[in-house]
Amino acid sequence: MDITIFFIQLLNSLQYGLVLFLVASGLTLIFGIMGIINLAHGSFYMLGAWLAWWLTGKIGSFAVAIAAGIVITVVVGMVLERLIIRRFYNRDHLYQVLVTYGLILVFEELRSVFWGNDVQSVKVPAVFDYSIALTEQLSYSVYRLFTTLFCVAVAIALYLLIKHTKLGMTIRAGASNRQMVQSLGINISFLYMMVFAMGVGLAAFAGLINAPISSVYPNMGGQVMIMSFVVVVIGGIGSVKGAFVASLLIGLAETFGQLFIPTMAGMTVYVLMAAVLLWRPQGLFQQA
Amino acid sequence: MNDHKKPTLNRRGFLAGTAAFAAVGGLMPVQTLAQSSEKLRIGMMLPATGTFATLGDAVIRGFKQCVDENGGKFAGRELEFFHVDDESNPSKAPENVNRLIQRDKVDLLVGTVHSGVALAMSRVVRATDTPWMIPVSMSNEFTGALCAPNVFRTGFTTWQTNYPMGKILVDAGYKKIVHLSWNYLTAQENLAGFKAGLEAAGGKLFKDLWVPFPSVEFQAMLTELASIKPDVVVAWFPGASAVKWFKDYAAAGLRNIPMYGNGHLTEGILHATNGEAEGVHTVFPYADGLDNPKDKAFRAGYMKRYNAVADTNSVTGYDSAQLFKAGLEAVKGDIKNKKGLIAGMEAARIDSPRGQWTLSKAHNPIQDFYLRKVVGKENRVVRVAAKALADPATGCKMV
Repeated sequence: MDITIFFIQLLNSLQYGLVLFLVASGLTLIFGIMGIINLAHGSFYMLGAWLAWWLTGKIGSFAVAIAAGIVITVVVGMVLERLIIRRFYNRDHLYQVLVTYGLILVFEELRSVFWGNDVQSVKVPAVFDYSIALTEQLSYSVYRLFTTLFCVAVAIALYLLIKHTKLGMTIRAGASNRQMVQSLGINISFLYMMVFAMGVGLAAFAGLINAPISSVYPNMGGQVMIMSFVVVVIGGIGSVKGAFVASLLIGLAETFGQLFIPTMAGMTVYVLMAAVLLWRPQGLFQQA
Repeated sequence: MNDHKKPTLNRRGFLAGTAAFAAVGGLMPVQTLAQSSEKLRIGMMLPATGTFATLGDAVIRGFKQCVDENGGKFAGRELEFFHVDDESNPSKAPENVNRLIQRDKVDLLVGTVHSGVALAMSRVVRATDTPWMIPVSMSNEFTGALCAPNVFRTGFTTWQTNYPMGKILVDAGYKKIVHLSWNYLTAQENLAGFKAGLEAAGGKLFKDLWVPFPSVEFQAMLTELASIKPDVVVAWFPGASAVKWFKDYAAAGLRNIPMYGNGHLTEGILHATNGEAEGVHTVFPYADGLDNPKDKAFRAGYMKRYNAVADTNSVTGYDSAQLFKAGLEAVKGDIKNKKGLIAGMEAARIDSPRGQWTLSKAHNPIQDFYLRKVVGKENRVVRVAAKALADPATGCKMV
């Protein structure tokens, strides 16, 4: 492998890892702070992608569709938290798994009823609809570069939010000691609703912004959800920093796994997870 | 999270729930049984939900179109349908297929798409004498090592639809040939069929590349392709994944490398592309623009009935019905005469929208395969790639 190709493969890993981070950061927040195992997280990714398709068709503008899609999914997240998730905070994880698995089925069925079972595609916005040449044979989609930058921006925004705002401080406190936060008189139910809505919004945003690249199809949340859980396990439950590092590691493992051990590439990510668990059972960045 | 209460599962509640579930579930067979009289019972075990739902739907539509065209009767007998959603879930397959065979006592079983589910069906069906038709699932073994007198394929095998490609590529003068696909069973069968055809035509595979199933992150392999610079790429990603594959391939600037594949690469997804798949060649037993009278009538009828364009799956569904009808007519509607029914189907010449076909000794269609090219949103026929191609049926004891 020559050095140019090597750097392009690094770029590929980075790009994949960042999209993964966008979905998994929401999952790790919900899991770490609220103690909720949210299997339906992938459904919000799916919902975002289908909204991108549907709204772009209705409105005509992809940018407006993204904004509207985020608003819609955040509201859906808030309503779900109020009506359903809230009743499961004090229950065993088994119940949470059952109810959020149920939500997957409900979301898929609703998608099937309203939008059908067909595969759809979202056009890349005209401004970004070209590729730049990297080598004489290979080009890189400008939209793909744009999403990468956007993911970096979201990662920085999340970092600032968590490290330098009052809400972020409460979130960090909630992740490390919930009872203490409650006894200090912080409105934990409001915090939970915000965190859940934020998690849902992040997953949906990933779906929205990725829709022109990924195409839109039934059950598209499944694979994303599995990888998000792997990210959370490797990074440490509740740690956004951990999710960031884990996502990039998975991006590298998956890309270079395909190059060096092509017939067993499907395993590399899980081998990585097993290795991390043996070394640090609590994940890379769990603040225990 | 240690403060969470952990309520134990209440035994009484569990029993009550189970009883209620059993009661609701138990009501249904009574209803279906009450309706039946002397009608022929057709069991449709196909996916109605999930990724393959549209494929299952097309098979049922095709089958019912043939029934309607015959006034709802085959050999003077009415037909009654029993539908099961197999969910493309192999672990539920034995229960589902037993329900159709044991409880509903179907006279014909039709299914399915997912090869894992079909494998489970095969295990159950081979221990009975219920005729079974496989319209979509392509795995070679059902009419190979697992062939049986009551097992029929109305679609085609992976071997059949990949084998002709080798000669096409060699004839076109391509030397550096790369195969790229998901790494799972069907894809490995695809590659084996393609390689056999390629080597028989005197060509050689330069390299096979794999993407882990079911990942749709193609960037790493696209970069690899660009560094290999092959003369031609043979790719296979079915369904929704293909849309993304074509888009990524185009965005990576690789469209100056021609792409070939078996027909599943471009089947049922072209409406979701915007010209990224233009010019891709595929091999399949059905195509747009075949221009035979049977196909024209079939498509017009399908459009009228369902307001949809017929595809390969609707054709294999339609042919399943045609084959069953041929068998029934041979025994004058006497479904109890299983031997006569099977002999009737074995002797049938099916006038299909895809062209005429007959069954091989292993009960797999001997049929023409077409070279097709993506033009707009259609898979237009270019020419016949292989005339009356029979699957070698490796391992079948009936051959």
